[in-house]
Amino acid sequence: MSDLGYDAAHMLGAVVLLMSFALLYQRRLFSLLNVFTMQALALTATAAWQAYSHGEPHLYITALLTLVLKAILIPVALHRIIVKMKIHRSIEPALGIGLTMVAGVSLVTLSILLVLPVTADATALTRENLALSLSVVLLGLLMMISRRNAVSQVVGFMSIENGLILAAVGVAGMPLVVEMSVAFSVMVAFIIFGIFLFHIRERFDTLDMQKIESFRGESD
Amino acid sequence: MSAAAVIVTTPLIGAAVLALIPGHRLGARLNIGFSAATLLASLVLFGQEPLSTALFVVDAFNIYLIALTAFVGLTTSVFSAGYIAHEIAVGKLDERKLRFYHAMYQAFMFTMLLALSANNLGVMWVAVEGATLTTVLMVSLYRTAASIEAAWKYFILCGVGIALALFGTILMYMAAQPVMGPGMAAMTWTELMGHVAKISPAILNLAFVFLLIGYGTKVGLAPLHAWLPDAHAEGPTPISAVLSGLLLNVALYAVLRFKMLLAANGQAIAPGPLMIAMGLASLLLAGLMLYRRRDVKRFFAYSSIEHMGIITFAFGMGGPLANFAGLLHMAMHSLTKSAIFYAVGHAVQVTGTQRIERISGLTVSHPVLGWGLLAGVVAIAGLPPFGVFMSEFLLVTSTFAREPLLALPLVLGILVAFGALVLRVQQLCFGAPGTVEGSGVPVASVPVQGTLIPLYAHLALVLVAGVWLPGPLVAWFQTVAALLG
Repeated sequence: MSDLGYDAAHMLGAVVLLMSFALLYQRRLFSLLNVFTMQALALTATAAWQAYSHGEPHLYITALLTLVLKAILIPVALHRIIVKMKIHRSIEPALGIGLTMVAGVSLVTLSILLVLPVTADATALTRENLALSLSVVLLGLLMMISRRNAVSQVVGFMSIENGLILAAVGVAGMPLVVEMSVAFSVMVAFIIFGIFLFHIRERFDTLDMQKIESFRGESD
Repeated sequence: MSAAAVIVTTPLIGAAVLALIPGHRLGARLNIGFSAATLLASLVLFGQEPLSTALFVVDAFNIYLIALTAFVGLTTSVFSAGYIAHEIAVGKLDERKLRFYHAMYQAFMFTMLLALSANNLGVMWVAVEGATLTTVLMVSLYRTAASIEAAWKYFILCGVGIALALFGTILMYMAAQPVMGPGMAAMTWTELMGHVAKISPAILNLAFVFLLIGYGTKVGLAPLHAWLPDAHAEGPTPISAVLSGLLLNVALYAVLRFKMLLAANGQAIAPGPLMIAMGLASLLLAGLMLYRRRDVKRFFAYSSIEHMGIITFAFGMGGPLANFAGLLHMAMHSLTKSAIFYAVGHAVQVTGTQRIERISGLTVSHPVLGWGLLAGVVAIAGLPPFGVFMSEFLLVTSTFAREPLLALPLVLGILVAFGALVLRVQQLCFGAPGTVEGSGVPVASVPVQGTLIPLYAHLALVLVAGVWLPGPLVAWFQTVAALLG
């Protein structure tokens, strides 16, 4: 592959990771959605670039799906849910922002230390792409843990999914990428649908174990 | 069309048809009909040669799981017919929800059978993911605060699990791709088994860790088990039966397929210690948690965690004997636990409560049901002459022979759970029967809705397996035990 192809793929992957970090320190739900949209756009560009540079036309479908669903439909839907259901627009982190960032940096370090030695015989692009996508997955997990609000948990879940797609498009010739991203999108759609339909707003504000215990009728 | 394709398409057609059937009586009958057709198709497999096409694989390992899944699917659909008739009568469910429920039941069977028979890592992943979706929808069927709570927790936890499993799947492809070239072959089980010796073990190791944690979440292994008790307790009881009886097995099947790859590779890490640790943690944790449960469905859900722990421990130990015990225990647990959930479902309907302390004297008020439940609990506690005793005995003796130190926590866990089961089953089955929750009617005057045949059919099979295992079954188990390493 030409140097330009490598550099472009590398840069786009890095932008996706950078957006994951940006997601971690957002304090407002709307700005969180904006950052998520930007991550989805970066992912769209990555998928399209891989489709072009490796000559794998099915990745264009992945790119299109990402663009339509993640960059347009889902942020718009979540935006409307937040307005309609009057969810608190500020995010209360369970973990301080500073601490979250430190944890995030150590997760990225961890994934690089983990991935690079085991992939010694793979191509440089594959290795770095894998390290980047594992970092995005881990940061998404961190976000799901460190945020109490359910909308930001959903966003964290979707950023994990972005990491997975980043990994899948980076491996040469991976089959079924489209099918798997469709299956995942259905799942995300159901989650969002579930929020809206069941009005589990209370659920969003509390992940308080004591309340859940009393729900189960087991606290007494 | 091959038998495997028929097995998978029958429930799919069933789901489509049932989505259009308005009446719940007809729906329930058709549900039984489609399940029976699936079981018949799966029995045809036994007469055929092992099969491997691009889409399907049928070998010694999954053939018995496919038959077991189809069988439990059928008996649960029979139980479900009586169960929903009662729920309609008391007004907990309506026609519209039941139409949805029946369609989802068949869709769930479709995903289970597809996950078991798929020859492709990606297809299997999509099937397990689909199973998550269908069961989440069924767990939240009652629309109570607690059931939506349970469904949400299930969704989020298993969603993360399924995401990690996909990452593991991608890593697996990444490991295989340099050896086998790009394309579908590097994601096909049968092709992978042939080439796995040449695959770099380092990425394989990393992939397995993700797959174990990912699919392990769905197996309900500690510390990733938090979704399981809620999902079992808040959904309709037929769904608790298929969750425990089928879904946990299928998720474990996925882990074991990957373990086979690692075993065939030879240089990869031994997955044993990881699985032993997770298995023991689940066993001990669930064993202790059993003592504090007050909800009867939640109680037996923890018992499922305990048994999945035992099974995972068995496969972690490896070797022909322990693997054999694990395979047998998978089948025995599936049959026994779904039988228990049938009995519990009836008991909850006649007493009107899920709280253990308010259910008592079932052997007095409803002797057939009460003794059936007692037999089921005796079986699951691992007492002879039932099949669970056989597999636990085999596992404990083989572990004592090889690793006495590991056998100690295993025996301790089994005994702790045994104590809790004996304690609670006394409360449920003996003593004076009470009155129906919320009214003064004596429980004894409320008849059991539907038939108890599924309960006794399962108990009979477990009893037969405890006394005598058919030769071909033993031969299969031995073949698979050798493949599992």
